[in-house]
Amino acid sequence: MSRPDDNGGGTGDPPLGVAVVGASHAAVHLADRLRAGGYTGALTLIGGEPHLPYQRPPLSKAWLKGDGSATSLVLRAENHYADNGIELLSGTVAEKADRDGDGVILQLRRADGSRETRSFDRLVLATGARARRLEIPGSDHRDVLVLRELDDARRLAERIGCGPVVVIGGGFIGLEVAATLRGLGAEVTVVEAGPRPMGRAVGSGTADFLLAAHAEMGVDIALAAEPTEIVVAGDRIRGVRLADGREIPAATVLVGVGAEPRTELAEQLGLECDRGVVVDEQCLASDGRTLAIGDCTIQVSRSGGRVRLESVDNAIEQANAAAATILGHDVPQRPAPWFWSDQGSWKLQIVGLVDENADVVIRSDIGKPQRRVTLYFAEDALIAAECVNAPADFVAVRSALARGVRPSRDELADNGVALKKLLAALG
Amino acid sequence: MPKVFYTQPHGSERVIDAAAGDSVMSTAVTNGVTGIVGQCGGTLSCATCHVYLAEDDLKYFDPPTEDEDDLLDCTASDREDTSRLSCQLILREGVDVHVTVPDEQA
Repeated sequence: MSRPDDNGGGTGDPPLGVAVVGASHAAVHLADRLRAGGYTGALTLIGGEPHLPYQRPPLSKAWLKGDGSATSLVLRAENHYADNGIELLSGTVAEKADRDGDGVILQLRRADGSRETRSFDRLVLATGARARRLEIPGSDHRDVLVLRELDDARRLAERIGCGPVVVIGGGFIGLEVAATLRGLGAEVTVVEAGPRPMGRAVGSGTADFLLAAHAEMGVDIALAAEPTEIVVAGDRIRGVRLADGREIPAATVLVGVGAEPRTELAEQLGLECDRGVVVDEQCLASDGRTLAIGDCTIQVSRSGGRVRLESVDNAIEQANAAAATILGHDVPQRPAPWFWSDQGSWKLQIVGLVDENADVVIRSDIGKPQRRVTLYFAEDALIAAECVNAPADFVAVRSALARGVRPSRDELADNGVALKKLLAALG
Repeated sequence: MPKVFYTQPHGSERVIDAAAGDSVMSTAVTNGVTGIVGQCGGTLSCATCHVYLAEDDLKYFDPPTEDEDDLLDCTASDREDTSRLSCQLILREGVDVHVTVPDEQA
């Protein structure tokens, strides 16, 4: 704090502190890590949504099913922020960023329309991504929805019980919503452009296994199908027309065709962007000063490749790295990334990134036909696993990879012994 | 209103007034209790909400399901007889719960 006898050329001024734009999972975790690490400066989270920071994953699952209220989505109780000296500006959009020496000036627009200019020492971008829209006739109809934020989920929940649903895009979100709505009794069809669902995210064996699961749940999945029009009759949606001429009946359409990182502020600051804000392992952007974390980033790995991940795990790991960078600590080496997707009662968990050329070992259990574990090996060392309804196998592989245990195919081939036993025996 | 007593590995304690129906995990996370991560939000996917439940409190909860039991074998800190995943410990009116947080979660 500044004291009257302080004449050190301004060094005694109170710090302007760290601003995090985007009051997301990554942002909240970063704030907590900074405080736990002894950061005592000012800390401001700026979020465009009017809600307390919340968890997004349940929006397509438990929340939609009606298992929880908005309270159960909340990441931290309201008093947590004030109690920890975290200024939370909800309903506030950072419209513009300008450099100010090493610091940054943000132009903020509050929910009531008022504007304010604030200066900060250090900027962290946690701006996330927006749902990609579909550009076909009829796609501007009010019942063509996306799912990214709580308000999107509320709109979708209002359409439950209003007739058949077509989900465009067979990725994680599309399949999760399809399974949830089907479980609530809706007639659901998933329209996927590729030859199988989750094409970019999982191997073909796992994708086919889950495709069969959806068939069992009663979800229709149209593969290699291209939607060409949302057919509107009167003021209602009637169906989705496909390129082959078929029309699939629909009262509501959910578009789940991926997300586009929000890079506007990064671009205003002249930071390198390439399908996301480019960051290094310390989560520093191209100016070596601004940080970026979570879904808005694309990270350059040690090998020089660029990886874009959208997951809670990535948000948390990048928040840890950014906190270490701000605190001046070494950034610890990051464990293998992991993901999960609950589709109805089917639980898919993935650890590691799969290489196209990887060798595969499938572990199944005749007594448990809904269980299937696919292990991936590069140069005969374990690199990744896809686990369906096998949470213990997943955690065992994740923990082995974190310990640096990289067994060969032969060491994990014995289907008669539990994976956690095989891995524990290896160290 | 049930209370949850969280003891850290080095002995410090935090007491939180919780809501019946919430879990020991969600109560910890929303109140920023150190050492309980709960990364998956309580869907038995991550095993990062491991706690040691006080022996006197074991009777208030059903024993672990098969999935929880499997996951408890793979937690970062060693499993003990009182180990539970705190996302599976749902609080009830009139029942206070005491847990100790392990050294490591992930």
